[in-house]
Parts: sequence; structure tokens; C-alpha cells
Amino acid sequence: MENLKALAYELRENVIDMIVEGKAGHIGGDMSVMEILTEIYFDQMNISPENMDDPDRDKFIMSKGHSVEAYYAVLAAKGFFDIKDVIATFSKFGSQFIGHPNNKLPGIEMNSGSLGHGLPVSVGMALAGKMDKKDYRVYTVMGDGEIAEGSVWEGAMAASHYKLDNLCAVIDRNRLQISGNTEDVMAHDDVHERWSSFGWNVIDVADGNDIDQLKAAFDAAKEVKGKPTVLVANTVKGKGSSVMENKANWHHKVPNAEELEQIRKDLAERKEAARRG
Amino acid sequence: MAKIANKQVICDILVEAGKKDKDIVALCSDSRGSASFTGFANELPEQFVETGIAEQNLVSISAGLAKCGKKPYAASPACFLSTRSYEQCKVDVAYSNTNVKLVGISGGVSYGALGMSHHSAQDIAAMSAVPNMRVYIPSDHFQTECLMKELIKDEKPAYIRVGRNAVDDVYEEGNVPFEMDKATVICEGCDVAIIACGEMVKPAKDAAELLKAEGISAGVVDMYCVKPLDTEAIVKAASGAKAVVTVEEHAPFGGLGSMVSQVVGSECPKKVINIALPDAPVITGTSKEVFDHYKMTAEGIAEKAKEALK
Repeated sequence: MENLKALAYELRENVIDMIVEGKAGHIGGDMSVMEILTEIYFDQMNISPENMDDPDRDKFIMSKGHSVEAYYAVLAAKGFFDIKDVIATFSKFGSQFIGHPNNKLPGIEMNSGSLGHGLPVSVGMALAGKMDKKDYRVYTVMGDGEIAEGSVWEGAMAASHYKLDNLCAVIDRNRLQISGNTEDVMAHDDVHERWSSFGWNVIDVADGNDIDQLKAAFDAAKEVKGKPTVLVANTVKGKGSSVMENKANWHHKVPNAEELEQIRKDLAERKEAARRG
Repeated sequence: MAKIANKQVICDILVEAGKKDKDIVALCSDSRGSASFTGFANELPEQFVETGIAEQNLVSISAGLAKCGKKPYAASPACFLSTRSYEQCKVDVAYSNTNVKLVGISGGVSYGALGMSHHSAQDIAAMSAVPNMRVYIPSDHFQTECLMKELIKDEKPAYIRVGRNAVDDVYEEGNVPFEMDKATVICEGCDVAIIACGEMVKPAKDAAELLKAEGISAGVVDMYCVKPLDTEAIVKAASGAKAVVTVEEHAPFGGLGSMVSQVVGSECPKKVINIALPDAPVITGTSKEVFDHYKMTAEGIAEKAKEALK
């Protein structure tokens, strides 16, 4: 298996290139979600550009659609499209690489962007799998701010009602949203209890930017029968550089020249450290 | 013979189709009774999904099912389906282009006495404004059957609105002219063209008879396909008449009347009078009482037609 820890940092560099070139993007959440997406796409899911038409392959919905830059980087690394095309055109006039996932692009199932849709759609996909007695799994990633949307809880109810153990949701718990700390905006600190009370198997991932911990959690989720699983992945918003880490104003900031230099330096160092193991 | 409600026809057709195609799935939001979908739920329980009172979830789950090869029909009161879950209809169905058929039951003022919360007088405007979404409002059970048989064959999003109660037939057994996405011309006329949809087609047809008795030649067009609008039929009917009257069970803005006016204004300008519900919470009553009150009747339509010709 390739070094996914190093890959996550390399993909962060792609994201920075996109955002600098496109002069837009949700950088903080891209950085926090990167290991989650990397582990899902490079280790957990049976998915590739070659098997997209296979009804038995696994499915993924990017519910926190604003972290599309991280998603593009991962899909490009999986071979769905060329990262050079993404970096060159992201967010620019007429580009197919717009600021939220769009299913006209290869590899993307559903258009997202409006929050609180990914989980209910994933419930439908998982339900279809149960109806057809297929053993594919469905994954979706939500932001922690996103779970204030009421539709998330409609989906949560239905997932446990229908015992969708083929569904695994992830909450990118970076504790920051556009207006500040999630606990100040709309508190979620009892997130474990909330999901548990909705009938879900809840796995807390102490460090949601640690590939090993994520792998263990996803693997454990597969063993749980009769209920869906949610991973509460405790991540760091802006993960990868001290310039951005844990700073709410980096929700969708574009780095200036000075910040960019430091970010690139930090990412290169961490990538190298990950390579060395 | 007892009259058959359009929603019952939808269920009957889906049950028959569902027996042959296990991918046909019906979903309800605690609305199987009001949708007349109990028959489907009982006959094909493995193909029925209950979402509880959660219309947003109803639509999103349908989209997820469609993405995995299912052919979902989501039935819920039109008032909730078109406004409570509007964003899910827009994003998960229309924008993502999933094969979901949204069945808005008890549309318009079917729930007359229940108040504005239960009326869907905005659904034509709302749904028509969304790219990729088609909007169909069939008139009677014969037309509903024809429409459903066509919709089952395609794989695109659509919103279908039907009323709660059985309505008088517009067509008759063995004589149901129907072409998908083409309006049905019930009769041609050289004085006034009446263009209607849904439950307003029958009074429009009756109005033409009343007008005929007074020596006024009225054409009637059943525009069940509100989107894609059959503009050709509008231009043809309007060009051959001196004035146009539209009739719909909808708010006065953004519905069939607005659309017809746009077409007539640009293609063959002449007077267009729109008959619709008022821009206000409608008066309490059964739908018949409400229609009588607002003169959305054969007599009322005939009066407006005569005014249009003055």
C-alpha cells in the first residue's frame, strides 16, 4: 500500500495550487478532511474510473460539498481526471471544476453544496443496496457545522430505522465554522450521545487526521451489523500549516504571498516527515 | 360507474408496473392513505419505503435510490412536497438529474378547508422555475393513465400534481387523444382560446359549450404539460382566436397564465385574461365551494371569455 500519510500532504499541495490559481476555495475544511477522504478512496472503497458502471461498487457522497478542492485532489489522484486541468481552471469562467461537486464530472455521484443533503441521499443509496441484496457500502462525509441542518436528523432517523449497516457517515469534527467555534454558533459537544440516541453505532476517532486511526475505525464499522455507523473524526481545521491551523478566518481565505510561502514550506516538511515514517 | 380519482389511477398503474419491474419503488411520508398508495404498500411491501413525516428525507432518499438504479415515485401532499422539500427537489432531483417522479397529491385547494398551509398554489411556479424539472397536471383519470404510462418509460425528473377527489371525466373510454408533451386540443374555436390545466379543464370545456349556445366559438386546450410547455399549441390556438383565457388552480403569478401570456405576448400579441386563485389565503370550503366563490366554473370562465372579447 502506498504511503497514504504522505499522499494526504501531497494532495494538500494540490489544493493550495487550486486555491491560489482560482483565487477561491474553502481551504480550512479541505485541510481538515484530507486524511478522511484519502483513507476512504485509497483504502476503504472499491471504486475506480474503470468500475464506475459496476452496480456492486462502493458509493460516496461529499455532503460537505464546499470542501470540493480536497475532493478534486483525491479524485484526480485516483485517475478520474487530470490534476493539471483542475489547477488551471478551478473556479474560473466556464470551468467544469466549480466550487461544489457536480456529477457531470467523472467520479462524482451527486451534486452537493447545499448542506444536509448527503446523508439522506446516502440513506437512499444504502436502502437500494439492501433491497437488491448487494454488499456495497455507502460513505458520506459531513461537516460538524453542517449537522445543525434538520434534514441530517431526518436521514439519521431513517438510517437506523432501516438498519443500514452498509452506511458509514463521517463527521469532520474540526470545531470551527464560518462564524467561529461550533460550540458558540450551535453547540454539538454531545455529538456522540446525539447520534447514539438516534440508534447509530458511534466511533470517536481521537485524531481524525491520523490515517491509522481512521483505518481502524472504518474497519471496525464494517463489522457492526444492524445499525449504521458514524465516525466522529476529531480533526484540525487548516491542518498542515501553522498559518491556518485552528483559525476560523481560514474557512475560505486565499493565502497571500507570505502566507503561501510558509504554507508550502510546512506542507513540504510534513510530507517529507510522513515519507520517512 | 363510480368516479376514479387521478391519484388512484397513479397507484393502480404503479402496482401493475411494479409487479413486472422490481426497480419501481413507491415512497410516502406517512401519506400512503391520502395518496391512495396503500394498495402499493400492501401488494408490493418490498418495493415500498415509508419515510415518516419527513418530506425532505422523502425526496433525498428517492434521489439516492434512483442513483442506484431504482425508479422511485415519491408521493406526498403537493403543498409539502413542493415547498417543504423544494430544495431537495431542486438539488437532489433536478440538479443532480435523478430519475425521481414527484407525485404531488391533493394539489391546489383540494384540502380547501384546512387552510393555506395545506394549499399548493405555488407549485407550478416553483417547480417550473427549476432547470431539468418537468411539470405535469393531468385533467382526468383517462389522461392521468396515459401520462403515467409515458412517465414510467423515461428516466428523467418530473413533478406530477393531482387533486384529492375524483373529478368528472373530460375524455371518454376509447377516445383519449394523448401525445407526450403535446397539449390536447379538446375543440377548436375562432373567437376565444381557453387554455387550462388539471381540474380546470372540465369547466373550461363546459364553458365552451355555454359560449357555443350564445354563438361564440371557443377553442379549449388541455395544457397538462405545463413544462415543457407546448408553445406551438398556444400559438396555434391564440393565432386563430381574438382573445385568450387561461384557467388554473394556482396563484396568479408564475403559473400557466403567466407562461401563456409570455408566449402570446412574444409570438402573437393579443388580449390574455388569466383566471386563477387570488393572491391571498383562499376562502374556507371544499374545493368546489372555493371554485364557485372565485368563479372558477364553467359560467365564470364563459363570463371572462365574453369580457375578453369586448
